[in-house]
Amino acid sequence: MHAVYSFLTGPLAWVAFGIFFGGIAYRLVSRALLARKRDTAVFEYWSFYHALRSILHWICPFASVNSRRRPVLSVVTFVFHVALLAAPLFLFAHITLINEAFGVHWWFMPDGLADVLTLAVLGACIFFFVRRKVRPEVAYLTTAGDYAILALVAAPFLSGFWAYHQLPGHAAATLLHIFSGEVLLVIIPFTKLSHMFFFPFTRGYMGSEFGAVRFARDW
Amino acid sequence: MLDEPRNTQEQIYDSGIAKGAERLTPEKIQRVIQEMLAGEAGARLKTYVETCVHCGLCSEACHFYLSNDKDPRFSPAGKVKQTIAEMVRRKGVVSVDFMKKASEIASTECNLCKRCAMYCPFGIDVAFLMLFVRRICHKLGITPQYIQDTAHSHSATYNQMWVKDDEWIDSLQWQEDEAREEMPNLRIPLEKEGADFMYSVIGPEPKFRAQLIYQAAVIFNTAGLNWTMPATPGWDNSDMCMYTGDNDMMARIKKAHFETAMRLRVKKIVMGECGHAFRSIYDMGNRALGWRMPPVPTVHAIEFFYELLSTGKITVLRKYDKPVTIHDPCNVIRGRGLHEMLRYVAHAICEEVIEMHPNREHNFCCSAGGGVINCGPPWKMKRVNGNKVKAQQLFEAKSKGAVTCIAPCHNCHGGLEDIIHVNEIGMDLKFLGDIIYQVMEKPEQA
Ligand code: HEM
Ligand code: HEM
Ligand code: SF4
Ligand code: SF4
Ligand code: SF4
Repeated sequence: MHAVYSFLTGPLAWVAFGIFFGGIAYRLVSRALLARKRDTAVFEYWSFYHALRSILHWICPFASVNSRRRPVLSVVTFVFHVALLAAPLFLFAHITLINEAFGVHWWFMPDGLADVLTLAVLGACIFFFVRRKVRPEVAYLTTAGDYAILALVAAPFLSGFWAYHQLPGHAAATLLHIFSGEVLLVIIPFTKLSHMFFFPFTRGYMGSEFGAVRFARDW
Repeated sequence: MLDEPRNTQEQIYDSGIAKGAERLTPEKIQRVIQEMLAGEAGARLKTYVETCVHCGLCSEACHFYLSNDKDPRFSPAGKVKQTIAEMVRRKGVVSVDFMKKASEIASTECNLCKRCAMYCPFGIDVAFLMLFVRRICHKLGITPQYIQDTAHSHSATYNQMWVKDDEWIDSLQWQEDEAREEMPNLRIPLEKEGADFMYSVIGPEPKFRAQLIYQAAVIFNTAGLNWTMPATPGWDNSDMCMYTGDNDMMARIKKAHFETAMRLRVKKIVMGECGHAFRSIYDMGNRALGWRMPPVPTVHAIEFFYELLSTGKITVLRKYDKPVTIHDPCNVIRGRGLHEMLRYVAHAICEEVIEMHPNREHNFCCSAGGGVINCGPPWKMKRVNGNKVKAQQLFEAKSKGAVTCIAPCHNCHGGLEDIIHVNEIGMDLKFLGDIIYQVMEKPEQA
């Protein structure tokens, strides 16, 4: 058990973070080079002001027409993403591990708040799952991969919660947690989860075109 | 619902698609798609296809989706799923039937109106993706027949309607003669070098709507403007090759147009009331030629009328007294943000303006644009039934009293005419030029 733990938190963690950061860098750089070659328009029409303006309108809930049309989803998705990013980044347990390994640490949230955020992410995943089942326009687009990704996103949160609360089998849950967290990090650059780092560019480009060339809003 | 048949090739026969498909083999399809994906498909295409999170949030942007009982196959992402996403996923290994359907979807179920880009959180440009599908179909020779014919006309004559060079000049002189009965010293100055602007129109104007040239001439002469029209090919600003995916021809047509303006050494081009032609000049054709912005400054009629009215070059004698509503043409609204100028002009020339909702950037397309109306009679009913939301909008405007609909775009006119007729809405359609010509102060009245 301990050997597995050391492996997961040692070499495999290095590999996972390496693929995560390296993968993102590779995808962004290779995409930018491709754009230089075939989509010069992206550079030509890019306007930081208009890009940022559009990004902000699409990050803030209710700042776009479509977001106002779907209040429930807008709130769920906003809470989901905030919790998804904040929980692991400011978790006491994570920061402790990093501090032990590298001697750096930063603000952490109370564990009670971490619990709330974790449950929020899990709740949102259930919401997304149900939405995929019941809304015909979403069901039509849904592939097995979409469900798999949803499960892979939920897994570290579920197992982390399990481990923290010392529920039965928590030792295994801890291992599962770390492993699933690493799997998630690894797939982000190579699946639709790449929307995490492509979002500023797709939205920003549309914002630039609409703002600086078409003189129209895009939200 | 998903098992019900929809408009498919079984029901609608298009000889361009059907005959073209007879010559196709899966091997050829695979080769062309792979070449396109490895060649022209750039960062945007890849990023759009990979980034889409399948959330369906774009659905309600699209009039085809809303008008077809929310059939998800008509949603923007649904159309991507059935076409380019599948081609990417299967690396081009798709059947002939798949490609026939892809051609139908890309050419007759999407107006390239870009409304969905304003509803997708990522700004994924489905119009861009559908154009790429059309380009693949162009390379495979399965473009719908009618629009392919107009593209051929562009290739052969540099205009959309097979208008011969002498017919063009005749039409202008004929309109000049007619207009002289009303305004004896009126001129339609041909080939006048160094004029302030070149007036350009689309191919169908001399062919079917010559009175628009007459009206424009009266307006420009009244305002005392220094203008000209070319007597050579290059006069037509329209561009159906842009919509068939024939990018080389798109570039050649635009080159001819810009070079005509440069030859005449005009300061700018003023275009008639057409949306897609503006897109060709301001957005796609110029880029195909490597111009960030049009090499000759170009203004759409809406903007030009705005200038004329706001500077008092033309004055209104008596405002149009019937209540009007405004259709915002996507290509100059989402394409150039002319919505407030359009409203300025409408209010300046009409007593009462009743808005349709949603409007401005959020307006629904007329369902004719993006070359869909140019796919011709086989697809007419599908197009009209694919825009019940527009019919609904028009009905609402009518119930609030609107009698006339202003649509400053040729395609919109065609599309709205069919919608109004089929749904028995009973509304007049007018260009801005129609009303300005009618209400403005003319010399002999002054
Ligand atoms: C290298 C990978 C990771 C390691 C070594 C790791 C380690 C840990 C540890 C030791 C705990 C505490 C469990 C306990 O108290 O017994 C924990 C909790 C947690 N982890 Fe991770 N983790 C990793 C990745 C992730 C990722 C990628 C996420 C989310 C995206 C995540 C989300 C959480 C959450 C939400 C909790 C706490 C649940 C709660 O307090 O209710 N972890 N993690
Ligand atoms: C950091 C920047 C990020 C941004 C701006 C962002 C933005 C978005 C947006 C706009 C959506 C659209 C659908 C909706 O509103 O529900 C979405 C969906 C989603 N995002 Fe993110 N996201 C980010 C990061 C992440 C990360 C890091 C993950 C997971 C590790 C993630 C997982 C998801 C999932 C699973 C969905 C789809 C939910 C479904 O199945 O419908 N996102 N995201
Ligand atoms: S018709 Fe307009 S809204 Fe519908 S998919 Fe095409 S571009 Fe998007
Ligand atoms: S809204 Fe955008 S991300 Fe969502 S399904 Fe439509 S195209 Fe894909
Ligand atoms: S025809 Fe008019 S409404 Fe329709 S796409 Fe063109 S500009 Fe838009």
